[in-house]
Amino acid sequence: MSVYDSLDSINEELHKCMKCGNCQAVCPIYKETRQEVGVARGKISLAEFILSGEAEMTEGMAERFSLCTTCMACNQNCPCGVRFDKIILAARAEAVRKKGLHPVKKIAFTALKMQRLFDFGMKTGSVFQGVALKHLPHKSDRLARMRFDIGIGTEKVFPMLAKRPLRSELPEVVKVKNPKMRVAFFTGCMINYFYTDIGKAVVEVLTENDIEVVIPRGQGCCGIPASVNGDTVSARALARRNLRAFERLGADALVVACSSGGTAWKHVFMELLENDPEFSTLAKKWSEKSYDISEFLIHKVPFKKEGLGRVDRKVTYHDPCHLNRGQGINKEPREILKSIPGVELIEMKEPGRCCGMAGSFSLVHPDLSVKISDRKIADISQTQTNTVATGCPACRLQLQSGVENAGIQEQVMHTVQILAESYRAGKKGSK
Amino acid sequence: MLAREVVEELIQVLGRENVLTEQEDLLTYAYDATAALKHQKPDVVVSPISTEQVAEVVKIAQRHQVPIYPRGSGTNLSGGTVPIQGGIVLSMLNLNKILEFDQDNLTATVQPGVIIQTLNDEAAKHGLIYPPDPGTVTTATMGGSVSECSGGLRGLKYGVTKHYIMGLTIVLANGKVIRWGGKTVKNVTGYDLVALFTGAEGTLGIITEMIVKLIPAPETRKSVLGVFDNLDKAGNAIAAIIRNKIIPATLEIMDNVTIQTVEHFVHAGLPLNAEAVLLCEVDGYKEVVERESVLVERILQEEGAVEVKVAKNDQERDLLWLARRSALPALAQKRPTTVLEDATVPRSKIPDMLKIVRKIADKYNLQIATFGHAGDGNLHPTILTDVRDEDEMKRVHLAVDEIFHGAIALGGTLSGEHGIGVAKMDFLSLEFGEAGVEALKAIKEALDPNYMLNPGKIVRRD
Ligand SMILES: Cc1cc2nc3c(=O)[nH]c(=O)nc-3n(C[C@H](O)[C@H](O)[C@H](O)COP(=O)(O)OP(=O)(O)OC[C@H]3O[C@@H](n4cnc5c(N)ncnc54)[C@H](O)[C@@H]3O)c2cc1C
Ligand code: SF4
Ligand code: SF4
Repeated sequence: MSVYDSLDSINEELHKCMKCGNCQAVCPIYKETRQEVGVARGKISLAEFILSGEAEMTEGMAERFSLCTTCMACNQNCPCGVRFDKIILAARAEAVRKKGLHPVKKIAFTALKMQRLFDFGMKTGSVFQGVALKHLPHKSDRLARMRFDIGIGTEKVFPMLAKRPLRSELPEVVKVKNPKMRVAFFTGCMINYFYTDIGKAVVEVLTENDIEVVIPRGQGCCGIPASVNGDTVSARALARRNLRAFERLGADALVVACSSGGTAWKHVFMELLENDPEFSTLAKKWSEKSYDISEFLIHKVPFKKEGLGRVDRKVTYHDPCHLNRGQGINKEPREILKSIPGVELIEMKEPGRCCGMAGSFSLVHPDLSVKISDRKIADISQTQTNTVATGCPACRLQLQSGVENAGIQEQVMHTVQILAESYRAGKKGSK
Repeated sequence: MLAREVVEELIQVLGRENVLTEQEDLLTYAYDATAALKHQKPDVVVSPISTEQVAEVVKIAQRHQVPIYPRGSGTNLSGGTVPIQGGIVLSMLNLNKILEFDQDNLTATVQPGVIIQTLNDEAAKHGLIYPPDPGTVTTATMGGSVSECSGGLRGLKYGVTKHYIMGLTIVLANGKVIRWGGKTVKNVTGYDLVALFTGAEGTLGIITEMIVKLIPAPETRKSVLGVFDNLDKAGNAIAAIIRNKIIPATLEIMDNVTIQTVEHFVHAGLPLNAEAVLLCEVDGYKEVVERESVLVERILQEEGAVEVKVAKNDQERDLLWLARRSALPALAQKRPTTVLEDATVPRSKIPDMLKIVRKIADKYNLQIATFGHAGDGNLHPTILTDVRDEDEMKRVHLAVDEIFHGAIALGGTLSGEHGIGVAKMDFLSLEFGEAGVEALKAIKEALDPNYMLNPGKIVRRD
């Protein structure tokens, strides 16, 4: 039985925990609050008390289960191999089943509000931007701050909405002359609405490597924001919709440039739909050919090194939790960066430490999220670099907001953007 | 249940955000790292930020006769932090500052909530180390480890926590604050209360500040691994190393059950049929380390090791230690419940103790793996079980009983480093008789007549 359907499904996982407390050493939340409920051991105990009937799933419980960035650092540091990522999903799904969406209504509500804001913004364009977001002058990025508080504070810096979403800007099939492969690109919401520059870089790099890119119009949200907050019903619907859209156009492989999208296609769709007669095999099939863009460019189709031009950047790389611990991808982005002429890679202290974004976590716990981010930004500023590379648009948003608020001169980019920049420089040079 | 006014008074002193009263939070203070122990949630959890606040909390508790359970990171293995009579859990985690580094006197002054590793990271910047290194260095607090007098891997050469504690600030059960000891190496003024409070498990007073000794970091280190097909030979090798006047920083042993489990887990290249492996690390000045590592290698060979490996560089060293570091994780993953004991015997009795443990395992039909700090006689017989299996748990308790008896019969002790807490208090008279237990009680009652501080631990109230 999947973790999305019953708390019982994690019984064995809970029993594995020997309460050693090792998870305290790495938990970003515990580090800030120093309260046991923040750390995996605390939430595991709560889940145990609920299962044994000693405690009930109250609203208060649900609130405690929201105290987790799902960064998986505890998984990695656990001597007993406890998969806390599964436990937290099951606990949150149980909370939703027992209490309806109520315990996480704040999350759902805010997320909904955000979604509507986006759509509204998409239609009204710059008018909306002027009303809700205050533009910040910045040398390279279009950033804004909330003018009024919609429950997430006005501190957070947001990228301005793109004039046009990526998927309406680009054709559904981007052709190349002699395609050696046809690859489907799952954009995810953030790249589609905010960071179209990442999406364009993905397409640029793939076509540069003679790969035809399909961007199914029918794709939607990956559903991770829903599934991690226990809204299994919505998550399943989104999974089916995406599978249908990609199956219709077909491709040799699927790439993503965000860690949630990768997690969704590689693991979550399969788990959500394991008992779905129609979709389970489809989910498995696509899972086997899904790649993060950096993984794809290193292992599947090694990107061509000739034509790489010089890019003068001092870069430090932040590991997105769900790319690094979730998918085991940490060498690949560094390998890409190191192969770009002119790029100097300088590691920060604890590059794998969570940035505190964690999707809706930063909306529900803005203060905690900022505290976690502050540590990250301090580590970044120590590197004396001018660019932070990362592999996920959500991390990019958090880091961008962090460097902006700290007033340090650092450009935040996706690894693939720097690679695209290098190909561009190569072309200029050869002309 | 706690009277409302107690909570009100606590809030008044500490502020609302430092007083937890909701069931969902309280439940997470009902346990620590001790396996198979009944849990109990407190009535309130408070997190003071100063010695004065701690003293105020103690006074409130005295006035209302509510027990106080001090807590660091809750990683102890003897039930030391479980609030078995309810009341107040006093979390020391917000007292987490390193107050001073004194390079001239080689001391650091720290608050109890500082994590051991944090102190070490800071010390490293000055080329110093704080040697006590329990398996939980990255999580355990200074206050907790001082209260347990924690040991670790380097006990043989560097001693244990008590050898590094020079001064303490303590809030007594009556709410008064005393300071004892200081930065002087020599100090015989009055009774040695610093020694008394170190390892007192929070039953005599609450530590709110400590002055600890730091030492220069060794210049270099080298590791040697010896594989044995016979326990006695391994035991003789331990003795021979020491007899040759080599005091390694660490000298660890793993028995056959541990080796098999670890090997399947990490594939470190350990022979599956080996009866024991010894892992030895010498440290100090380069020249000394060179000479000693060659000597250790020769001794291991002379004592009949079937294989001896010397790490040539850091990578090889890490590989050797990977096996040892994986011992507990590997074992812990075999069965859901891991009962970790720390019976300790004189170094020369290690082979006997290992044999006793093996006999007990056979007798009760249990999986027991033993590894530990051979150099200082501190073994960790680790019982792999499942709390849900009632019949097996009965046998586990009987086995633990016999392990204690065995260790004491060999001239050893109940606990080398994990403490007594609730888990071992019934066995105290075994080690020092009724008169000894009475002496403990007299000390407890002199300092805490109403049994307010961590009641139900170490000393039982009649
Ligand atoms: C996996 C694992 C490995 C371990 N390895 C070792 C090892 O190698 N060597 C070793 O010695 N131990 C070891 N331990 C035991 C444990 O880690 C240590 O005893 C540790 O130092 C306890 O620190 P803590 O902060 O968690 O204390 P806690 O568990 O919170 O408290 C320990 C005791 O101290 C009291 N206390 C806490 N703070 C104060 C204070 N400020 N004033 C007064 N009393 C206080 C508590 O009431 C309790 O009785 C291990 C434990 C685990 C889980
Ligand atoms: S590290 Fe693992 S076993 Fe230890 S308390 Fe945390 S979750 Fe449990
Ligand atoms: S996943 Fe991250 S935030 Fe959540 S409990 Fe584990 S370490 Fe803490």
